[in-house]
Order: sequence, then C-alpha cells, then structure tokens
Amino acid sequence: MTQTPSQTVGPYFAYGLSPQQYLYNHTSIASGNLRTSSTQGEPITIKGRVLDGQGNAIPDAMIEIWQADAKGQYNPTDSDFKGFGRFGTGTDPEAQFIFQTIKPASVDGQAPHITVVVFMRGLLTHAYTRLYFSDETTENQKDIILNTVPEERKNTLIAQRQETPEGIVYQWDIVMQGEQETVFFDV
Amino acid sequence: MNHNQRDWEVHPPYLYPDYKSTVFRAPSKPLIPMKHTLSESTGPVYGQDSVGQFDNDLTKNGIRNGEPLGERIVVSGRILDIDGRPIKNTLVEIWQANAAGRYIHKVDQHNAPLDPNFFGGGRCVTDENGRYTFMTIKPGAYPWGNHPNAWRPNHIHFSLFGSNITNRLVTQMYFPGDPLLQYDPIYQGVPEKARHLLVSQFDLSLTQPDFALGYNFDIVLRGHNATPFENQ
Ligand SMILES: [Fe+3]
Repeated sequence: MTQTPSQTVGPYFAYGLSPQQYLYNHTSIASGNLRTSSTQGEPITIKGRVLDGQGNAIPDAMIEIWQADAKGQYNPTDSDFKGFGRFGTGTDPEAQFIFQTIKPASVDGQAPHITVVVFMRGLLTHAYTRLYFSDETTENQKDIILNTVPEERKNTLIAQRQETPEGIVYQWDIVMQGEQETVFFDV
Repeated sequence: MNHNQRDWEVHPPYLYPDYKSTVFRAPSKPLIPMKHTLSESTGPVYGQDSVGQFDNDLTKNGIRNGEPLGERIVVSGRILDIDGRPIKNTLVEIWQANAAGRYIHKVDQHNAPLDPNFFGGGRCVTDENGRYTFMTIKPGAYPWGNHPNAWRPNHIHFSLFGSNITNRLVTQMYFPGDPLLQYDPIYQGVPEKARHLLVSQFDLSLTQPDFALGYNFDIVLRGHNATPFENQ
C-alpha cells in the first residue's frame, strides 16, 4: 500500500478541528486545556508564537501536543488526563498558542518532553518537533533524541521556565525559517 | 525506507513556490531523522464516546430552519495501515465549504451565500472494518488569492489520528474529473505518482436511491506496530 499524501490544513480549519476555542456552536474533542483541578503533577502553562521567515507571528497555525502524565505514562487509564491538546493561533491577540497542562515525567529514560505537531496554511505536510524544559539541564544533556541535534540548535527545543503571578509559564516560540529555525524531525 | 517512516516520495515537499504561502513558512533546514521511542509509538485515543448523534451527518448537524441546499452525497471509505490492515475505532474529522463554495469561518470573505442550515464540520469513528461514512453536501469550488483567477477544486478536508502520533494525517479529498485539479498548486504539490490517491471515486454501491450520490475515498496511514528503538 502507498501512504495517502498530506495536504495543508488551510486557513479554515478552526470550525472543523477546534470549534469551541473559536466560539462556533459545536463541540471539540480537544482544547488547550489538558488538566483539571484534580490532575496530578505540576501545573504549567506553555506559551509561544509561530514565526514565519519574515519574523511575523502566524495567526492561522494549529499546534497539537502529545505528552505523558506526571508518572511518565501515556494514555493513563486511571485519570482524567488525556495527554493530547490542540490550539489554533487565531484567537489570541498576539497569535500565541497557549496550553494549560502539567509537566510530564520522564519516559523510557528520556528527559521530560512533549511531542509537538505543527500545522498551518502554507504547510503542505505537518511538521514534528519536541519541547524540552529549561530546568532539566542534567536530563537534557543525557537525552538520546536531543543528542542527535547539532549542539548550536539544541536551544531551539528548550522552553524557558518563568515564574509569574499566574504560575509557572514555559515560553517557547516555533520558528519556521532562518538562523533560529526550530529543529523539525523526520519522525 | 522503514515502513513506519513518512514516505517522502508521496508527500508534498515543504517548499513548493507555486503555492505562495510555502515560501516563508517551509522549514529551510533538513529534518533530523528520529528514532521512534514510546512517545512516537503512542497517541491519543478517541472512540465512540467522542462522537455525537448527528456528527457524521452534515445535512443534519447544522439545521436551524430547514434542509441545507445543494447536492447530497455519501462519502465513505476505509482507513488502512500500510500493510492494508483496517484501522478500527479511529477518529475521522472533516470540514468543508457549503454548496456555494463558502466556509462559515469568519476569515472567509468569498462573495457567495452562507447556508443557515449547513455547518460544514463533522466527525465519526471507523467500524470493525476500518470504514467511515459521512452524509454531506457536495462542496462548491471557491476562489483564493494565490494567483490571478485562482480557484480551489471541490474538496473535503480530512483529519486522521490512526494508531499513534506518527500516523497523524491531515489531507484533502477531491472529486473525479474536476477540471480545476490541473491548476491547483495545493493538489499539484503532491508528487505526480501519488496525486490520484487524493481523488475519490464515484461508487454506485454507495449511492442511496432517490436520495444521494456516493463517493468512496480510502486513506492509507503508516504502520501501527512500531517497536520502540526498532530503527537503531
Ligand atoms: Fe478548503
């Protein structure tokens, strides 16, 4: 069999894929909020913009995240934590993506990380990347995937921890082109 | 090529200058190959409980005061993995323009009428044979700003999860014989040998007599038995 080719998500994905976030009268299967007040783990917010080759923030991108829970489990059966989030950049005035989640634990001996899938108008095939955490220096240095990335590009995968009045925020921009281009993986 | 990897001979490249938006959005550095770990051999699971009663019937899920306008069609097909095995209980999400070629999205300023009874979004979960089925309205073609007199062929957007996050696929289904396909850089961005895989087939067995025409569109995702580190 041959894989079915990919096509761009286009500019009008919002009412199909994230209708509640965009205030359409239809339910969503996922949103930017992955946790409840009873989810175990450290509550964190992940925020950033998707920047094009001219440095402009892209307002019609869709970011999906996939992560383990605070025990390092994917698809935990015993909790309300789904581990999957989806957010379009069209509802924030600064075109940010915003995820309310918890910090994942280490999986398989890897440094804590989140799988990130990037879609947008103008991207014919989605892009895969990973988010790592700035306060995990020791773990990051040992990570088998991070260590396949050239030294000078590793920083593009590391979200910066900030303590704010609203709680812990990890700031992380996704840069599509140029000097600071985010590392994308052939997954 | 490992059969769990993306087949770059069928997927469009990131940079395809005829599709202008790719120019400043395509990653410019080579992708870094990644071994599959547990993070890649898992993925979100959305079963029947994520689907509401009329979610797979776009002729009903947006009704306010009457039937939506346009040609009713059945769109159905099987979701298979690369070895031809059906992927059962997997979520299929779709969205599309109405019969006049207009999206309800606020950004869509095309001068064609909205249909008060058509929402244009739907989802369903595949059955034991990997089959999905939607009832909908045939979407219209619509103009876009890519180049002078640019029109998108009739199409339905599809989003699939498959059995792990590496199976994720967003694509578009087209209709047989559409004269706009040859002019559409989004469709033409797909390597030539694979373009036909995005064109549905008219299928008399899927039609509903006196009610709706039927189109079949099968989708093939990647493998689903990835063993962590098998590429080492
Ligand atoms: Fe479209």
